[in-house]
Amino acid sequence: MARTAVLGRLNWKLGEVVELIDETPRVRSIALDVPQWPGHRAGQHIDVRLTAEDGYQAQRSYSIASPPDQNRLMLTVERLSDGEVSPYLVDELRPGDVIELRGPIGGYFVWEARIGGPLLLVGGGSGIVPLMAMLRHRAASGSTEPARLIYSSRSFEDIIFREELERLTARSDGVEVIHTLTRSQPPGWNGYARRIDAQMLADTAFPPASRPVTYICGPTSFVEAASRALVLLGHKAKRIRTERFGPTGG
Amino acid sequence: MDETNLMVDGNAVAGILGEVFVHEMTSARVACKGCGEIEPIGAEHAYMQAPGIVLRCCHCEEVLLVITQRGGRYLLGFKESRWLQIG
Repeated sequence: MARTAVLGRLNWKLGEVVELIDETPRVRSIALDVPQWPGHRAGQHIDVRLTAEDGYQAQRSYSIASPPDQNRLMLTVERLSDGEVSPYLVDELRPGDVIELRGPIGGYFVWEARIGGPLLLVGGGSGIVPLMAMLRHRAASGSTEPARLIYSSRSFEDIIFREELERLTARSDGVEVIHTLTRSQPPGWNGYARRIDAQMLADTAFPPASRPVTYICGPTSFVEAASRALVLLGHKAKRIRTERFGPTGG
Repeated sequence: MDETNLMVDGNAVAGILGEVFVHEMTSARVACKGCGEIEPIGAEHAYMQAPGIVLRCCHCEEVLLVITQRGGRYLLGFKESRWLQIG
């Protein structure tokens, strides 16, 4: 087992917004310049802290979307209508703004090319973000491990990174993406149109015998359903790593 | 609200543990007194809504660790954890 790194205690840093990219009507990517960023691993997250004028502070965790192979740090954030932090990040932030953050954080929900595969990724909504960092890292590192993403979105318009996922599969280097659209489907849609279930995973996931390394990320109920279904199908629980958002991501 | 929906992964505790420990803690392994299972903290179940953070065993739901923080002071209670392997 790999020894864990000695990191020093976490400290708050400042990151300057250098670019904002609208991904879907509710999701925005935020590229940050963080001086002395120590680098990160695909799957890690950061904490963002906002301070109001009266001193009130709110803090949330966000997965890193950019791969370690890229210089700038990119977050991809979904606006939650009742959230305290995400509406500010998605709607109010402008290039040149500075936000407080700390990280990178985590070492468990992490994939890197040397871990190998096959790599099975199951994402719900903005749960795609850390999985995208893994797929981007896989592409940047030249890995040819087979990778399969099973990705649940509400509608076609809500598919985050849709065009980039198409480009990744078009490289024909072993990435497959299976979409399911749970609320509405465009005319002529012939993909899945329901929540992820055991039957869908039996049809689309790598078989248990191929011993995939599996990462599942999404709302808690989504992660519960997907991980239980995979165990039911014969996948080893110890090869499944999960990241649950909880009831809200904030 | 369904209580299971409040649960997140041990990963969510990484930030506050990073304020206290110099090692990356989601990979640190913890042994449960209740059922004997050993898992990385990242795989355990975390409840962040209580006044303080509660980490429970992902196999038997015993309370492994409670973390409360006020000002610059941290209180860590190792309720049903037999040991914690760091590094």
